[in-house]
Amino acid sequence: MTIKFLATTLLIGLFSFLCGLFLPWWTVAPIAFIVSLVIPQRPLPSFLSGFLALFLLWGGLAVTADLANGSILSAKVASLLPLGGSSYALVLVTAVVGALVGGGGALTAAFLKKTR
Amino acid sequence: MRIVPFLLSFLLTTGLVICLNTRWGGLQKTPLLGEFLSPQHGFWQNAEPLGMDFNAKIDLPGLQGKGEVYFDKYLIPHVFAASESDACYIQGYLHARFRLWQMEFQTFAAAGRLSEFLGAGENNSIVKYDRSMRRLGMVTAARAAVAEMEKDSNVKKDCDAYTAGVNAYIGQLNEGALPFEYKLLDYRPEPWSNLKTALFMKYMAVELAGADNDFALTNAKSFFSKADFAKLYPMVPDSLDPILPKGTHFLPPSFVPKMPATADSLYFNSTATVTDEEHAVDKSNGSNNWAVSGKKTLSGRPILCNDPHLSTNLPSIWYQMQIHTPAYNVSGVSFPGAPFVIIGFNDSCAWGITNSERDVRDYYAIKFRDDTRQEYWYNGRWASTDRRIDTIKISGARPFYDTVVTTAFGPVLFDPGFTGFSEMASNRSYAVRWKPADSSDELLTFRYLQSANNYDEYKRALSTFQAPGQNFAFADKAGHIAIRQEGQFPAKWKEQGLFVMPGEDSSYKWQGMIDRDENPYMLDPDRGFVSSANQEPVDTTYPYYLGGIFPIYRGLIINRRLDAMNSITAADMMKLQTDNFDVFAQMAKPILVGHINETGLNEEERSYLNIFKLWNFRNDPGEEGPTIFYLWWNHLDHDIFDDEFSKSSLHLQHPYESTLLEALLKDTAWSFIDNVNTPEKETLQQIVTQAFRQTIPDLAQAGQNGHLTWAKFKDTWVRHLLRQPALSRTHLAIGGGANCINAAKPLHGPSWRMIVQLTDKTEAYGIYPGGQSGNPGSPYYDNFVDHWVAGTYLPIWVMGSDEAADKRVQWVMHFSPITIPQ
Repeated sequence: MTIKFLATTLLIGLFSFLCGLFLPWWTVAPIAFIVSLVIPQRPLPSFLSGFLALFLLWGGLAVTADLANGSILSAKVASLLPLGGSSYALVLVTAVVGALVGGGGALTAAFLKKTR
Repeated sequence: MRIVPFLLSFLLTTGLVICLNTRWGGLQKTPLLGEFLSPQHGFWQNAEPLGMDFNAKIDLPGLQGKGEVYFDKYLIPHVFAASESDACYIQGYLHARFRLWQMEFQTFAAAGRLSEFLGAGENNSIVKYDRSMRRLGMVTAARAAVAEMEKDSNVKKDCDAYTAGVNAYIGQLNEGALPFEYKLLDYRPEPWSNLKTALFMKYMAVELAGADNDFALTNAKSFFSKADFAKLYPMVPDSLDPILPKGTHFLPPSFVPKMPATADSLYFNSTATVTDEEHAVDKSNGSNNWAVSGKKTLSGRPILCNDPHLSTNLPSIWYQMQIHTPAYNVSGVSFPGAPFVIIGFNDSCAWGITNSERDVRDYYAIKFRDDTRQEYWYNGRWASTDRRIDTIKISGARPFYDTVVTTAFGPVLFDPGFTGFSEMASNRSYAVRWKPADSSDELLTFRYLQSANNYDEYKRALSTFQAPGQNFAFADKAGHIAIRQEGQFPAKWKEQGLFVMPGEDSSYKWQGMIDRDENPYMLDPDRGFVSSANQEPVDTTYPYYLGGIFPIYRGLIINRRLDAMNSITAADMMKLQTDNFDVFAQMAKPILVGHINETGLNEEERSYLNIFKLWNFRNDPGEEGPTIFYLWWNHLDHDIFDDEFSKSSLHLQHPYESTLLEALLKDTAWSFIDNVNTPEKETLQQIVTQAFRQTIPDLAQAGQNGHLTWAKFKDTWVRHLLRQPALSRTHLAIGGGANCINAAKPLHGPSWRMIVQLTDKTEAYGIYPGGQSGNPGSPYYDNFVDHWVAGTYLPIWVMGSDEAADKRVQWVMHFSPITIPQ
C-alpha cells in the first residue's frame, strides 16, 4: 500500500464528507474524479481508493447513525426496500452504493490521466 | 489517455448516478436511491439518536414575546406563551417540527392533490379520489371557510400566527431534516397557509360527515316491495336508548318544511337506480363520551370521559399538548394542521366530542340538455351551469383535466364521465348538497372552548359550530354536566334525502336549518350522567326528521353501566372506557343457542358450541367465543339475506345488524328466513344450524393459522398513512370491537382516550395509539401504542408556571423574537 493510495482515499473521504454537508449526494463522483486527477494512480488502485473511501465514509456514517438509533429506522427501511428487515444488509447496501459511485469517479480519472 | 476505457468508465459512472437518481417501478416507485441512502442526505438523517437532546434556543421573527416550551419524558410539550397569538405561533412551529409530513399529506388529500406525489394509483384510484374531493367542492369550501375565519379578528390573528409558526419551521428546514416520507416519495413541502388549515378542517368533515347510503337505499327502494323495504330498513330500532332519554318533552317545531307536491310520484315511488360509487369512508366512524355529576363520584366532583373513534393511523391524528397563556391554560389533544386544543380541559371545565352521524349530504339527479353539461332542466326551463376546469397533476404522467359543473343544488359529483369508484358505466348525473361545503368557521368554537369558564361560555362557544355536527359533552368545576348536539342541521321533511332526490325542481332543496335552540341538549339531568355513542340523539317525538346512520349498541351498554355505577373514581372510568363487553352478542345469543338443532352435531361441532355457550360476552384478546360468534352471526346474516339480495346486480344497502337481531327476536318466522331459491320453507332452526355448520371450516382454518383467539382473528393495526406495513404497528393484541365500548376494530378505534376529574386540582389521564413524533425513526413515533393496547393511561400533567424546575421537565425550548436592529 502506497502513500498515494492512502492519501487519495483519505482526501476523497474527507472532501466527500465536507461537500455532503452542503451539496447533493452525487458530488461524491466528481470529488473522487478530481482527487484522482490530482493524485494519479493506475486504474485498479485508483478505483479501490475511491471505492474504499466511500465504503468507509457511507458505511461508517450509517453504522454510527444506526447504533445511536438502536436500529429503529433501519429495520423499517430494510423491510420497505426490501432487505428482509436486516439492518446489517441495509448498512452494507448503503456502503456499496456509495463505494461504487466513488470508485467509478476515481477510475474514470485514472483512465483520463493514465500513468505508465 | 486511453479513450475507450475512459469513455466506458465515464459512461458507467454517470449512468450509475443517473440510475440512482431515478425513481423505478410501476405503481409503487422506489425512492431516489442515491439520495435516500446517502447518510448525509437520506433516511439515515431521520434515524433519531436514542436519548436525543431536544433542548434548543430558537429565535424567530414574528413572535411578540418570549415563550418557553417544557417537554416531559413523553415529548409532550407544555407551552408557556406571552400571548394567545404567540401560543398559536409556537403550536404551529411544534406541529411542523414533529408532524410536518402528515399535516401536508392530509391537506393534499383534502384538496384532491394526492396524485401529485403518489401517482395515478391502481386502476386510477388515486386520481379518482382526487376528482371526488375536487368535485365535492373541498377547495371552494375551504376558501369560504378562510373568508369566514378572517371575519373574526381574533381567529384571524391566531390562524395567521399558526401559519407563520409552521412556515418558520419549514423555512429553516434543511435537506437532511426533511421528514422521512418526503424522501421516500421525493417531493418537498410547500409553504403553509390559512387555506391549508381550512383544508385540514374540511378533511375532518369528510371523515365525519362524508358517509351516507343514499345510493344503496335508492337501489333497495327500487328493488324491494314497500312492505319488504319497511322490514329491512326500519327507521328506529326498538332497543334504542337515545342521547336524551326516551320521553323527553319537546316543543313544537319552529319551522315545518313542506314536502313537495310531487314527492309520491317522483320521489317515493321512483324506480330509478344508481351504479355510481362514492369514496368509501368508514361508516362506523364513531365515538364515546360521557360525564357524570358529583353525586355519582367518590370525590363528589364531575368526571368527563371521551374516546373519539377514528382510523388508527400513524402518525396519529392527534398531538398532545398543554398551552398556557395569560388568557387560558388548556390541556388535551390538538390536530396537527390546525391551531387550538380540540378535545381537552382548562382550569374550569372539560369537554369531549362524538360524531352526530346526522345525514347532511344529499344527492339530486340532474338532467342535462346535452353532453356539454352547459344547461340543465330546472324549474321548467333550461338553466345554465357554472363550469370550471380543474387540473390534476399526476406524478409520472400527464395532467388530467376535469370539468367541474355546479348547479343550483350543488356541484355535480357523478356523471357519465365520472362514476366514482364504480366499474359500471352510467348515463346519469348527480349533484350533491353537502353541509360542510357551506362557509363556516369551526375553529372559532375551539378557540372559545379553550377559555370557557362555565356552561354559558361553553354554550356560546358552540353557537357558531356548523358542521360536521358533534355531540359536545361538558363538565365544570362548579359541578355542572351537560351535553349538546351542535351543528347546523337541515330541517327536512320526513325521509327527505333518504334517497336520491329529483333535481329538476327547487321544491326538493333544503328549505332551512333547524334553529339552534331546538338542537337536542341536556343540562344536569337527575340521573346524574350524560352520554353519547353516535346513537340517535332523540326518540321519535323530536319534531324534526333526523336521517343518518346510527349505531346503537355502545350507547346501550354505556348507559346501562353508568346507571349502575356509584362512588365512581378515575380508575373505574379507565375500566369502563376499555370495557370489552359485547352487548350485541349478549342480546343475540338466545337466537343462536335457542334455535340450534344439536342432534347430529359431531364432536368437533359440539366442542365449538360449548365454547360459545360458556363465553361471558367479553371480547378479550385471548377469548375464542367472540370469533365463533362473529363467524356464526355473519353466516346467519348471509344465509338469511343473500338469496334475496343476490337477485340484484346493484349495490343494495345491507340491513343493519340491529335490524336482523330485532326481527328475529320478534318473529322467528320472519319472511326473509326462507331461502327463496328452494321449494321448501326453511325455519329459523334450519338456518341457525346451517350457519353454525358453515362456521366450522372457518374455525378450523383459523385454528390451524393460530388465529382462533379474538385479537388474532380480528387483527388490529395502527397503520401508517401510506399503508406500508413496515411503517405500521401490526397484529396488536387488543380486544374489543364495533359494539364494545372499547371499539378497537381492525383499522379503526379509540383514537384518544381521556378521563378528566374536575377536582380543585384537575386529575386527568389520557392515551392515544401513536406517539408525539411523526418520525418513523424516532423512539417517540409509536411509544404510546403498547399502553393503548394494554388499556393503561398516562397521567396528564397540568404544569404550573412555577414548575420549570420540576423533575418531570426533560427538555426546554426557549423561543425568542428576533429583534431587528435599527
